[in-house]
Amino acid sequence: MSTSPSGPGPAPQAPGREPVGSRPEKRRAARDHATTTMTGLAAKVVLLGLVAGIAIWAAFPLVEAEKWVGLALLAATTAGLFYLYLTRRHVPAKYLVPGTLFLVAFQVFPVLYTASTAFTNFGDGHRGSKQDAIVAIQTASVKQVPGSAEYALTVATKGDPATGPLVFLVTDPATGTVSVGDADGLRRLGPDEVTVAPGGKVTAADGFTVLNFGQASARSQEITELVVPTAGGALRSSGLSRAYEGTAVRAYDAGCDCIRDSETGRTWAADESTGSFVAADGERLAQGWKVGVGLRNFTRVLTDENISGPFLGTLIWNFAFAIGSTGGTFILGTLVALALHSPRMRGTNLYRVLLILPYAMPSFAMLLIWRDMFNTDFGLINNLFGLSVNWFGQEWSARAAVLLVQLWLGYPYMFLVATGALQAIPRELTEASSVDGASPWQSFRSVTMPLLLIALSPLLISSFAYNFNNFNAIYLTTEGGPFPADNPTNGATDLLITYTYRLAFGGQGAEFGFAAAISLFIFTIVAVVSAVSFRRTRKQEEVYA
Amino acid sequence: MRIRTAGVVAVFALALAASGCGGDSDEPATKESAKAAGGKLVIWADDKRTAALKPFAEKFGQENGVTVEVQAVSKDLQTNFVTASQQGSGPDVVVGAHDWIGNMVQNGAIDPVQLTADQKGAFNETAVKAVTFNGQLYGVPYAMENLALIRNTALAPEAPKTIEDLVATGKKLKAEKKASEILCLQSGQNGDAYHIYPLYTSAGGYLFGTAANGDYDPTDLGVGKPESIEAFKKIGALGEKGEGALKRSITPENSIATFTGKKCAFLVSGPWAVADVKKANIAYDITPVPGFAGGKEAQPFVGVQAFYVASKGKNKALAQEFVANYVTRPDLAVALYQAEPRPPALTAALDQVKGSDPDLAKFTEAGENGQVLPAIPAMAAIWDPFGKAEAAVIGGADPAKTITAAGKTIAGQIK
Repeated sequence: MSTSPSGPGPAPQAPGREPVGSRPEKRRAARDHATTTMTGLAAKVVLLGLVAGIAIWAAFPLVEAEKWVGLALLAATTAGLFYLYLTRRHVPAKYLVPGTLFLVAFQVFPVLYTASTAFTNFGDGHRGSKQDAIVAIQTASVKQVPGSAEYALTVATKGDPATGPLVFLVTDPATGTVSVGDADGLRRLGPDEVTVAPGGKVTAADGFTVLNFGQASARSQEITELVVPTAGGALRSSGLSRAYEGTAVRAYDAGCDCIRDSETGRTWAADESTGSFVAADGERLAQGWKVGVGLRNFTRVLTDENISGPFLGTLIWNFAFAIGSTGGTFILGTLVALALHSPRMRGTNLYRVLLILPYAMPSFAMLLIWRDMFNTDFGLINNLFGLSVNWFGQEWSARAAVLLVQLWLGYPYMFLVATGALQAIPRELTEASSVDGASPWQSFRSVTMPLLLIALSPLLISSFAYNFNNFNAIYLTTEGGPFPADNPTNGATDLLITYTYRLAFGGQGAEFGFAAAISLFIFTIVAVVSAVSFRRTRKQEEVYA
Repeated sequence: MRIRTAGVVAVFALALAASGCGGDSDEPATKESAKAAGGKLVIWADDKRTAALKPFAEKFGQENGVTVEVQAVSKDLQTNFVTASQQGSGPDVVVGAHDWIGNMVQNGAIDPVQLTADQKGAFNETAVKAVTFNGQLYGVPYAMENLALIRNTALAPEAPKTIEDLVATGKKLKAEKKASEILCLQSGQNGDAYHIYPLYTSAGGYLFGTAANGDYDPTDLGVGKPESIEAFKKIGALGEKGEGALKRSITPENSIATFTGKKCAFLVSGPWAVADVKKANIAYDITPVPGFAGGKEAQPFVGVQAFYVASKGKNKALAQEFVANYVTRPDLAVALYQAEPRPPALTAALDQVKGSDPDLAKFTEAGENGQVLPAIPAMAAIWDPFGKAEAAVIGGADPAKTITAAGKTIAGQIK
């Protein structure tokens, strides 16, 4: 769901058509004479040094987490990079590898990760392992034994404060007696063995080192884990200055692979297919774990009536939105570019600056401003024209409004690229056609336009792909609305991406697995559309080139 | 050949230097924590509260010889906390709204807090109820907030007893051209469940029934029941096709501004609106949100801000000490109030500041009959469909059809 915050379309690189003639010769010459410039060497040293530095920096956490596969991968990549740039061979690889690495890291890996998530139930309540869930359930069930006393706690050790075995010195508030407790149990201490401050805090005890908060908090984990068994339950720490008698009411029983509640005797059996503990009557414990669910997320997209029902309508509007946004901005941008391209036009630079302005403003803020401008009672548009149209309240006006906003946000971009492309078209061509007796319209239609389209088609396709998933454009304006009264899940301006966002994250907690499955569906649609368009563009290029 | 060897040597020298740089930056940190004997407490809060918390966190650190770090997470604090906790890079303590509890518990991100009976008794009862989930206390509350009716006393000197009174006054003001709106109650195109809730309860609707242990019961969903349809009929009558008191054009962005611009005499909002109202120099008064004539009491949601102990924090014992034994002190609650004026959850602290801030007492009074905002995860499924149903009904849609559909959607999302 990454949405670029600025502009309606990322500016993709122009297709590589620049001449590449001179370089290989130079390189060959360099190889023959084995001369390396000092700057080149310095750059190489710095860059490779940086690679090694990053690798070492990345290695420490991997070692700490004992991720040996990751470490091996890191070492292999780094070694490969060094080998590649320290030998004189493999010249093409020298150019290709950096791009490929970034492609793998930022494109291939996220796609694979998304794909693998789509086969799990990863989401709120199912984030960690089964062991995590069991620990969470047990900790959450620790209750104070009814009627038991609260003790003042002093953390102490036998011997060295940093390494000695931990003990709890607990003071009974009623009697003022101090006991020492460790994993074996409680033992009373004589009044002459300890010094107790008012409030129950022990300041000194024979044979023990009393820890201050700093020393104690350095051993925080041990303190939290130390449980002193007592008759009624167990003494546990609550912070560093209080202890209470509590029992974990629920515990995991490996025998039945279930959670057992010792108070009620109720059991929740582990269900490995859904990753949760379920009671006989279907009650589910909130803390679950992550499991593979196979194709369940995908079948849900296809079979759930709430999803498949409005899917077609949303898809059609989604195409209309993407085509409308791209087409509208393209037409307006090109018209403006043509007007400013005319040699008779004066003050073109000023116009250009003014036209770029909407593109220079952050679209995030602009979308919110546009939303407020469409307000029925307080919006600029209605006030300016004396209307009282509820723009976002009716299907078609809401759709027109979002397309209008898209047009305003996007045409400067199209204007920019069209201006560039127009300047690349030699004026002789149009002059020649006018000499041949073609009208300006004819020469535009048959000469300028096709040449323009060759340059701009890839941009149009990428702009289409971007707008197809333009989450911000909808979510920051209409939020997908207006919604029919009887269906709050699918609105008139919903794109697939906003619609499915609501499905995956709008309900009871986020469902990342489900969201990943949906994004794979959307990915497929966009990929097919783009592939088909690129193929058609290539044919067009063959015709006109 | 010579150049290549030199290159290799240089590369390794640089690599060592580069990784050495990393080591350098680590060093002061290790030294510092050594000084504090390894005791470090990390607290996550949103921007505003971070500023308020910093001095007290530092004081706690100095008193106890530990390092305390308050880190601001400006966006999606809850989501970031849950995600970071899972990866083991989360904080020890997190500060946030009580309705996060359900989700944080189901993700095993927070631990119950053990307070003594005395400590619990010092808090406002509603606040304690709010942070209790599944019979366990999960956070230590420090501030409460709820909606009230803020009234421009220059336009409307009398506090309306019922919604009908309010609408009559508002209409009169509109006819006299003294105001352009009857009531500023934010809705927007997609509704606002939080702000419409007092009217919904007054008209007889409810969201969840109550389970035996006092928690909300997600299996007893009130949306879509006949009571909720009746309630929305009354709300619809106030809408665009009816009295015109509720409008979709009044959004979260413009409702307070419209009130401070003196375009409406009544604003339904919380303590956060008071600063703007004061700035606009409006003579105002705060009263409970009125209900429908002959209806039930209008009950606003009561939300509580609380401190939580992270399950996967690195310094849980210190975090528990901070949350259970330090945050529960009235002087801290008063100081937090001064940094951000919301009614403190500690009764002693509230009594202390009530005298100097009459608004506070009025908000507390308005929230007295309020309902605790449900913390169960099922509540997350309510907001969106309920709000949209509200917007549709305000716009004139058939209440029965709309609410039945909303109830069906919500029930489908509750697992």
